[in-house]
Amino acid sequence: MALLEIRNVTRRFGSYTAVNNVSITVAAGEFFTLLGPSGCGKTTLLRMIAGFDLPDSGQILLDGKDMVGTPPEKRPVHTVFQTYALFPHMTVADNIAFPLKMAGKRPGEIRTKVENALGSVRLSNFGNRFPHELSGGQKQRVAFARGLVNRPRLLLLDEPLGALDAKLREEMQIELINLQKEMGVTFVFVTHAQNEALALSHRIAVMNHGNVEQIDEPSKIYGFPINRFVADFIGKISIISAQVVEAAPSHLKLHVPELGEILTIGKEGVKAGDQGALAIRPEQVRITHPSEEQRLKNHFLGKVHDFLYVGDVTTYIVEISNGAYIEALLPNSSPGRAKFFEAGDMVGVSWRHDAGIFLND
Amino acid sequence: MTRESGKENRAARILVSGPPLLFLVVFFVAPSLIMVLTSFRFPGEFGGLAPIAAPAEKGSEHGFTAEAYQFFFSDFLYAQIFLKSFAVAAATTLICLVMAYPLALLIARSKKQFRNLMVLLVVLPFASNFLIRIYAWMIILGPESALSHFVNAILATFGVTPVTLLFSPFAVMVGMVYVHLPFMVLPLYTNLEKHDLSLLDAAQDLGATSWQRFWRVTWPLSLPGVFAGSALVFIPVLGMFAVPDILGGTGDILIGNLIKDQFLGTRDWPFGSALSIMLTLAVLSVAGLATWFARSATGQRA
Repeated sequence: MALLEIRNVTRRFGSYTAVNNVSITVAAGEFFTLLGPSGCGKTTLLRMIAGFDLPDSGQILLDGKDMVGTPPEKRPVHTVFQTYALFPHMTVADNIAFPLKMAGKRPGEIRTKVENALGSVRLSNFGNRFPHELSGGQKQRVAFARGLVNRPRLLLLDEPLGALDAKLREEMQIELINLQKEMGVTFVFVTHAQNEALALSHRIAVMNHGNVEQIDEPSKIYGFPINRFVADFIGKISIISAQVVEAAPSHLKLHVPELGEILTIGKEGVKAGDQGALAIRPEQVRITHPSEEQRLKNHFLGKVHDFLYVGDVTTYIVEISNGAYIEALLPNSSPGRAKFFEAGDMVGVSWRHDAGIFLND
Repeated sequence: MTRESGKENRAARILVSGPPLLFLVVFFVAPSLIMVLTSFRFPGEFGGLAPIAAPAEKGSEHGFTAEAYQFFFSDFLYAQIFLKSFAVAAATTLICLVMAYPLALLIARSKKQFRNLMVLLVVLPFASNFLIRIYAWMIILGPESALSHFVNAILATFGVTPVTLLFSPFAVMVGMVYVHLPFMVLPLYTNLEKHDLSLLDAAQDLGATSWQRFWRVTWPLSLPGVFAGSALVFIPVLGMFAVPDILGGTGDILIGNLIKDQFLGTRDWPFGSALSIMLTLAVLSVAGLATWFARSATGQRA
């Protein structure tokens, strides 16, 4: 049985629909992420799971029991807040002991559990410190320990890494994965950072304007986005308008005006005559000198419009003959060399026939 | 920082803090010292002070003496008045705290656009004169007032003989609480308004009931406000003489009245000064204790 089941939940604020008929199931032990731009309804949904807000319609079931009518303090659900919300007048140990005290645990048990929790977030010697004496990353770990110490059925995390700098965030991501594995607690994680969602989650629900656009594993979300919003929101992608001329289970043949034919992977429900677009990731596109022999079926000539050097790779934006732009990624394998092509250079771009995905309009 | 700007800084510091410092020296430190000296002198024959140098005719006292302090400790009556004043101040502080806390919390948790209006209503009584407001209570508590009739009518149904509200310890407490309530509300509100409400969400999320949220989060975080408000009520109440003068009976003498009488009635300046100094020392020790207590209670952030 699913641990958490959200059934047709809708929440409106006046005429604005924050969450629109959302249904999600989360299995026990899962690391589930709600991903979307700000204002997509992910935080509202999280607050309803925690009990701080109630759905206008629909149900939220935990272990098969409807949670509507159960106040936050009675739900076996804890939250790690974006601002950590550590109690400034309590020591780190007292902060972590708080949920245990509220649950009426005995002092001896509290002491042991707090010690274990401090150890699990590598803060064993910090029990007597106060929150204002901690760094951002340490505060973050205290917040995790406090949320996990009483073994909730479900831990909700509201953009917990948002306030950390990039390097620390990466460290905390790894720590978070390990914590979740160790404790076996089910996580529902909210973020707008797509790379964070891809790195951490077992499954992701991509949300937009209160709707769930797609629920899937990270590699499926990235590789087979269901529509233009998901394709565009997650990672970089080039989109070329096209029409299907031939639809087979194994492949699709697309026609692009002023460019010609493109082969791509087959997709269920797509038929000849459909209008849409081909979406292709930069790392799937090969960029070569125009003179180089092209062995791939999808190959076109273009001109380098611009490029972006970010250290490990350089992204080239290539304008192809129909005026569309295609991004191609090239690893900077030669040290000290930032680019292999200059803006204005003629180049060839090509990709495998099973790269890219067709998205219906 | 360069030496040049450091110099400028110091000049600016003197310019900014100099005048208030000078004011305090002239109007607080110097008078205090004068009072200390006065308390060790003999009273003059017709009030004021006896001269320090020996006068021409023999017999009259002169020079310095600790007589005023000996007099204070010779009669338990004075210590009693001190204790009573402290009890009244403590009771006033406690009643103000109990009344002001819910009000301050209500204002702090109201919508932002209403908060300033509510604070304005709290300080509105200051717009009229303090004495007029106290005299108004004389009318409200007077024997012919609607309140008196009402109270006595209720008492009559229980077969209790009628009471006089005015000129009683009750009237003094009413006056004291009435006058000092805003001084408790304002620091409490200032503190409570700054609280991070996400802490309450976190407490609730972690299993705290509404009472536990108050007792374990809001109350401990508001202690600086509680101590500030308590000091602002306790200390002025100790020295207050107008309220017991107007609303209290002949038996309701507090330190403030005693000191006032030494200067205006008995005209015993040294004893009045000695009483003032004893009061100052008592207040300082209470304030010191309160600060120490506040620091250990809110420890980490003091």
